[in-house]
Amino acid sequence: MASNMTEQKSTNRLGLTLESYKGSPSTLCPGCGHDTITRHIIQAFYEYGVEPHRVAKMSGIGCSSKTPAYFLSRSCGFNSVHGRMPSVATGAKVANRSLLVHGVSGDGDTAAIGLGQFCHLIRRNVPMIYLIENNGVYGLTKGQFSATSDPGSKQKKGAVNPFDTIDCAAIAIQLGCSFVARSFSGDAKQMVPLLKAAIAHRGTALLDVISPCVTFNNHEGSTKSYAYVQKTDTPLHALDFVPFYEETHVDYAEGTVKDLALPDGSHLVLKKLGKEYDPADRITAIKTLEEGRAKGQLITGLLYLNSKKKDFIEIEELVDTPLCELGEKDLKPSSETLKKILERYA
Amino acid sequence: MNKTINDFTIEVATVNGSGSQTSNLILTKAIFRMGVPVGPKNVFPSNIAGLPTWYIMRVNEKGYLARKRTLDIVVCLNQSTYLQDIPRVRSGGVVIVESDYVLTGPAKRDDIIYYPVPFAKLAARHITDIKLKKPLTNMIYVGVLAHLLGIEDVAVEGAIRHQLRDKEKAIKINLDAIDLGRKYARENFKKQDPFYIERRNKTAGKILIEGNAAAALGCIFGGCTVAAWYPITPASSLTETLIDFFEKYRKDASGGKKYCVIQAEDEIAALGMVMGAGWAGARAMTGTSGPGISLMSEFAGLGYYAEVPSVIFDIQRIGPSTGLPTRTAQGDMQFVSTLSHGDTKHVLLIPGTVQECFDFSMMAFDLAERLQTPVFVMSDLDLGMNLWLTDPFPYPEKPYDRGKVLSQADIKRIGEFERYRDVDGDGIPYRTYPGNSHPLAAYFTRGSGHNEQAAYTEDGTVYQRNMDRLLKKFETSRKLLPTSVENSMPGAKIGILAYGSTHQAMQEVRDALSGRGVKTHYLRLRGYPFQIEPIRNFFAKCDRVFVVEQNRDAQMAQLLKLELESKEINKIHSVLHYSGFPIPPEALVEGIYRKNGVAAESMPTSAAGGE
Repeated sequence: MASNMTEQKSTNRLGLTLESYKGSPSTLCPGCGHDTITRHIIQAFYEYGVEPHRVAKMSGIGCSSKTPAYFLSRSCGFNSVHGRMPSVATGAKVANRSLLVHGVSGDGDTAAIGLGQFCHLIRRNVPMIYLIENNGVYGLTKGQFSATSDPGSKQKKGAVNPFDTIDCAAIAIQLGCSFVARSFSGDAKQMVPLLKAAIAHRGTALLDVISPCVTFNNHEGSTKSYAYVQKTDTPLHALDFVPFYEETHVDYAEGTVKDLALPDGSHLVLKKLGKEYDPADRITAIKTLEEGRAKGQLITGLLYLNSKKKDFIEIEELVDTPLCELGEKDLKPSSETLKKILERYA
Repeated sequence: MNKTINDFTIEVATVNGSGSQTSNLILTKAIFRMGVPVGPKNVFPSNIAGLPTWYIMRVNEKGYLARKRTLDIVVCLNQSTYLQDIPRVRSGGVVIVESDYVLTGPAKRDDIIYYPVPFAKLAARHITDIKLKKPLTNMIYVGVLAHLLGIEDVAVEGAIRHQLRDKEKAIKINLDAIDLGRKYARENFKKQDPFYIERRNKTAGKILIEGNAAAALGCIFGGCTVAAWYPITPASSLTETLIDFFEKYRKDASGGKKYCVIQAEDEIAALGMVMGAGWAGARAMTGTSGPGISLMSEFAGLGYYAEVPSVIFDIQRIGPSTGLPTRTAQGDMQFVSTLSHGDTKHVLLIPGTVQECFDFSMMAFDLAERLQTPVFVMSDLDLGMNLWLTDPFPYPEKPYDRGKVLSQADIKRIGEFERYRDVDGDGIPYRTYPGNSHPLAAYFTRGSGHNEQAAYTEDGTVYQRNMDRLLKKFETSRKLLPTSVENSMPGAKIGILAYGSTHQAMQEVRDALSGRGVKTHYLRLRGYPFQIEPIRNFFAKCDRVFVVEQNRDAQMAQLLKLELESKEINKIHSVLHYSGFPIPPEALVEGIYRKNGVAAESMPTSAAGGE
């Protein structure tokens, strides 16, 4: 028995191994930040114990949008068209409210061609995770600036970006997004709890993750390079995620933590690193981002959370049964009803 | 003087936003209640208030209800157009005109009968509620016409009661206004014109319904649960009517919605939502028109290539570009048939009656799921937004066809699942819904190159194999689409081929031609891709085939030419009408009768705004 025990792979609460959450091998460049994020996603879904078949992986077009093939191979995925993932995700979610929708997008997909749909998804508060793998550059088309490039940031061939950046996290906060976080692909300790909190959240959970492009945007003068991000990363807090199914209580020294209750009964614990930060306040969140930008800091962590905001499914007052499971009996009115309707046209 | 009974056209010229819609509808329904068939066409501007609008009612006891060019009676209630409206009345016709209007120049005629009515003064004297003055002024004309034409009180009152249901106060106010008109006409006019409406029994049991309402009903009965849309004329009323039906008939006891309607940020998002919902296993629709169709083209290609069920209603209007948003056309046929880049082919349903708007709407959901592809229902403004007389729709007994979907148990039994494998040899693969818990059920949907297992591939052979399978599926769809409808006359050598709303004029056209000794066969197309055999047989019977369309470029003829042989192609003569007004039967008769080809005068001279 003892020898068996050592060979037995560890499993999560569903009895699934980490392997069950993996996907096909990545075809991205070795060292790509996106692949690191993929690992964090696998880790987070595994540790949380999400049933893979309940997940719908959605994406648009671009390097980032390829990644859903690289995790959760037992979940259905939909690699749609450029910049339009939000609409497809919205349709899938209203059709089957029991799906956990996980979207992956990039900075081109979200901040340029897809900015409109991104805003409207947030406005509706469609329950889903929206993860932006943000590298400030168009990778698949070989290195053009994207709309999230910082002003003054240098392209690989030396061109300087003259335009202001589109800050997707700031836009999301302004639009009232119910969950907004920023992180760095290299920070597993921050990203995994954030992802788990996003799974637990009800509403649109935006994670804007700086994910360096090793091939086209990792040079001197880039503000999305590993070196630059490591230098400027300024976490607001350290994070612990306590899932709803765990009873364990960790004792924190008084005044050092903020405990955020999430809709599924889980908790996200924010541990103070320096200044007090309250993610319940939108104005503070925007101010913090702006101040960080002025100081050349990349502010990361949970920027804003509103667990009380009604999500799209609640707003639309959908029945509990997923719409896709309603059959002809539920849907087709009787012949008396048809007669009654047609009488109005007599 | 000979009486002209139950056979004339009335045009009412008013100002948009003046409430004339209600009075026009009451008059239509009153004629309907006299048992006399009536076909109204609302010619309205792309405007909320202030611009001119015309309402043309064809009254015809034989049931010819297409819009005629010839106007017999014109009601002039628009000061800014009466100088153009009056000259369009046919010689011997009638003008009912606000007596304040000065009749000069072309409006001063000695070959027509004038009934001047002091509408404004009557309203000022008798209608106290300032807000109601405008709409009730319009109601006065209903009374004048009711008196002159002999429409019975009971028909008028029945129409009002049906329209306003239990709103007794509103009913009384409107009846009073109509009485004003009746009384004025009775006391001041001696009947000089020949036009009468006499009671018949031709509308008993029938209904008057717009194609958009019929299509919305089809969505309800066809099990649609997700509607995503962006407002656009002339498609908005389809989704708006659907919303009304949803609210009334699709809520559970506690108010939970068994549907979701999303007003999207644009038509791109609307079709994206429909794609997402169709992928997840719900029946989803969007309703749009030309500009929306253009925006949807990328998603349409995704739907075709990734094989996602979806239903798109294209209520066609005049294009290109913004075109004329409130005018009808059949101008999207070719574009939609291959909507999107690359080798894309779509399935089209083409309703020609309101009954078919209902039937094909339901059928579209079955076909979309059976074929796993976008299905386009190609209606138009005339069919979609005007009231058409029809028998009530029989209850659709046919059960839904949800297509090839594998459950957990199915996969367990079969032991394998490949999303894009042609198991049955019909080009249609099997699919699963997301959420299926079988470990083999999940697949990755993509618009990029994929193999049978739905995995990414750039292999040219695999790509080609997949494209060939999609073509096979397209061939399969031919058999599932509604067949063309043929109506023949013995001894005829001439064929008329048409589709969509053009159908309304066809019986009249063929009768008129026959009256001039020209017998015709008639074939009406109802779906694309075509079932080619019936079309071949039709061509074989005819020396010449007039393909009648409401577009400039003979789009259906072009699609036919792709599939016909040269001996058949040589028989095609296009008759085209593209002024934006529903095709008038006279133009068709002239066009076909006079010569071999294009209707020389497909642009008639009459009707609103000059055609």
